[in-house]
Amino acid sequence: MAILGKQFDFMKYRKLFGILSLTAVLISIGSLIFNSLQLGLDFTAGTLVEVGYSQPVAVSEVSEKLRAGGYEDAQVVAFGSDQDVLIRLPVDDSISEEEMAGTLVSLGNDILGVLRQGTSAELTLNRLEFVGPRVGEELAESGGMGLLVALGIVMIYVAVRFQSKFAFAAVIALFHDVLITLGIFSITGMEFDLTVLAALLAIIGYSINDTIVVFDRIRENFRISRKGTPYELINLSLTQTLSRTIITAGTTQLVVCAMLIMGGESIQGFATALTLGIVIGTYSSIYIASSLLLYLKVTKEDLMVPVREGAQDSMP
Amino acid sequence: MLNKYPLWKNLLIVFVVLLAAVYSAPNLYPDDPAVQISHESQDVTEFELGTITDALRAANVDYFGDTIEGRSALVRFHNLEDQLRGKTVIEQTLGSGYFSALNLAPTTPGWLQAINAGKMSLGLDLQGGVHFLMEVDMDAALQRRMENNVSTIRQLLRGERIRSRSLSLESPNLIVARFDDESTRSQARALIRENFADLQPVNREQDGSFVLELSLSEADILQLQRDTIAANKTTVLNRVDSLGVAEPVVQQQGANRIVVELPGVQDTAQAKRILQRIATLQFHLEAQPGAASTSYTTYEYQGQMIDVSNDVILQGDRVSNVRSALDQQSLPQVVINLDAQGGEQFSRVTRDNIGKLMDIVLSETKTRSTFEPGPDGQMVEHQETYEEKRLISHAVIRAALGREFVITGLSTTEANELSLLIRSGALAAPMYFVEERTLGPSLGAENIKQGTQAVYLGFGLVLVFMVFYYRLFGLLANVALAVNVLLLIAIMSIISATLTLPGIFGIVLIVGMAVDANVLIFTRIREELSNGLSPQGAIKAGFDNAFSTIVDANVTTLLVGIVLFSIGTGPVKGFAVTLMIGIATSMFTAILVTRALVNLVYGGRNVKELSIGNFA
Repeated sequence: MAILGKQFDFMKYRKLFGILSLTAVLISIGSLIFNSLQLGLDFTAGTLVEVGYSQPVAVSEVSEKLRAGGYEDAQVVAFGSDQDVLIRLPVDDSISEEEMAGTLVSLGNDILGVLRQGTSAELTLNRLEFVGPRVGEELAESGGMGLLVALGIVMIYVAVRFQSKFAFAAVIALFHDVLITLGIFSITGMEFDLTVLAALLAIIGYSINDTIVVFDRIRENFRISRKGTPYELINLSLTQTLSRTIITAGTTQLVVCAMLIMGGESIQGFATALTLGIVIGTYSSIYIASSLLLYLKVTKEDLMVPVREGAQDSMP
Repeated sequence: MLNKYPLWKNLLIVFVVLLAAVYSAPNLYPDDPAVQISHESQDVTEFELGTITDALRAANVDYFGDTIEGRSALVRFHNLEDQLRGKTVIEQTLGSGYFSALNLAPTTPGWLQAINAGKMSLGLDLQGGVHFLMEVDMDAALQRRMENNVSTIRQLLRGERIRSRSLSLESPNLIVARFDDESTRSQARALIRENFADLQPVNREQDGSFVLELSLSEADILQLQRDTIAANKTTVLNRVDSLGVAEPVVQQQGANRIVVELPGVQDTAQAKRILQRIATLQFHLEAQPGAASTSYTTYEYQGQMIDVSNDVILQGDRVSNVRSALDQQSLPQVVINLDAQGGEQFSRVTRDNIGKLMDIVLSETKTRSTFEPGPDGQMVEHQETYEEKRLISHAVIRAALGREFVITGLSTTEANELSLLIRSGALAAPMYFVEERTLGPSLGAENIKQGTQAVYLGFGLVLVFMVFYYRLFGLLANVALAVNVLLLIAIMSIISATLTLPGIFGIVLIVGMAVDANVLIFTRIREELSNGLSPQGAIKAGFDNAFSTIVDANVTTLLVGIVLFSIGTGPVKGFAVTLMIGIATSMFTAILVTRALVNLVYGGRNVKELSIGNFA
């Protein structure tokens, strides 16, 4: 061991963490199947109205007024403070898009009118979002498509720059990250909207970045060292990149936490997803991507610099 | 000597940084809220401007920088509240015929404007306003076109005494005609082929009758969709202009949708009512000389006053297709197709009026504010809708015109414009709102505040950490990080990208991730030092060895950014844009700028120790 310098025996625990990850992924898939995701307005379609009150207001009072005003399906939640409420209205399937366009024209004003009755508080319409059913469907479709395309492109790039075993390991690690993040959103019932989808793609970007740094070191060590088994070389590479891994995860986590604390209500889902993703992505570079390389029996021959034509004579 | 950059490389870096500083500078000059005043036909002069400023002073509205710019006048205000009050005062002061629009007037110094340095625009989530996604009903457009075809075919067959058992539109793109025998059908088929090049005929035998099916080809439907959406977009653009919003956005999205963004607009119900309306088109003859003044209306057309008879010879809904084309002499012309009834009506009128002038009038419903004293003596704003009529074509009838006729004597631009206008009046299809996002201005301001706070906090934490952990090298990396943000803002300003809340968080994330390249280099330098390399050797080896890793790692992230950009809409796109630009700039700053700084500090001399923190 001394020949290769100081190293931590990361790979010793690969079985333990492998089983742990597998369990986490299975639980996530299970939850996605049985619990599914708490999809946000972007995907479900419907109307969302955020109303600001000049004084604190009870959610129950607001929903009662809405029910009395003819909005039986309205869901009301407090948003951020006790002076802001968020009202959700589902899409009414029984009316056509044409009729919907007609009723929507004044929906925001109508709701404000209903809520203003019998209160001395001043009301402002902070936000109104309406997403039609077809748009929601298309967003969900293009979002899922985007995730798959991103994974595919990453796989091809890694296969070209490294080797197919690396590409496979990297993509499995990314699936792992995405599935567990989705799983946590599903289990906790946090809302999954368009910004969380963007965060998911950012996580793919971050995680693949981290994995590539480790792979790059593994490739370098496989090429230059004459001694050492793949097991030892991967441990060495992970040790060498460990301080970078921790520091980068740390600085990124610092700014994401800044977002989580200062960014306000509307960015919570995004920041939460990133916080989770950075931890999972860092972990997966070591215990999914790198240990998969061992399971795939990566060898020095896999990483030989390709021999250029015409240069063959120089080979012994 | 080791670790010296050649002079040109240092100069290049300095040049790029200076350029970035200059092009990000406009963001330091916030726009002034302003009101722009124009008149429908004449120039606004100093005299009217004087009246306006007097009225503003009398109403105690603070203003400044009142100027005449070209044909219109501009008055600036200190804040948005004054701007709205100012607009009301101005509208009360000036009579009809004047238009006042809310505007954002740039305050960037002239030399920055001269080199085209602009600023990033703020997304709706940062300044408040409304975002609409409108879907054009393409089925309705197709159906109308085919219904026109059915009525024309019916007339054609009757004219040629070809008997059909039935003729109807069975689905939006399927006309079915039934005949008693084979020869009648082939006669009909030949006749239709001659008159409708775009209808694809298919013969079928069914229940003893001879069926002829007619439909449009995929390509023709696509063309119809392109024309329809262009027509609707023109309509929407006209409407948005009449709303008097500063910096509106009207864009086509996909094959059948139009995005409309109206910053600052709060009364969405009003905006929606206006946007949904469709313009109408009417054909008239020029009024006879000496006709009673009640029988005609006078319009301005290319600087001339034209008297147009009030009698309508044809309504716009008889128009079945409009396109601009070139005639045999390659001169631009507008080709107009009418449906059967329209064609018949039109040929009857034009036959008797050869040599006279025919006018096309486009009318649009718009709204304007008027002011009346309310019960408490305060002036109360009323919204009223009115019809705005415009003469868009004035041409001589050369011959008896039928179902297809052309308007010639136009330039290419005029022909394109005219066909668009006619289309917007005659062919615009109904539109539905499929998405709406309204955001109050206070929430926008809140978002900006929270966003910038998060950027400051995140940035500050990273800066402190880097100095703490990497000492002098950390300080140099921080300078590079600052340059990185400067470059990012400069590039976003140059491409006039829209800054959204997710965009701001993209910048935050980039700050966190951008140090990665420096961390890679610095840990490598530490490693090389502990391997026993000299400080100078370690710097060189550190930068060289980390290079390919940095490139590989960033290219993959960039690829993911491209995917994000292509699937995303609105805010998510904003995030993707900052992410992609940030990755590119961070590679430049982390590798080149940090190296240049390190070289300046350590290069070309004997160094015993590097200030890069403790290494194990």
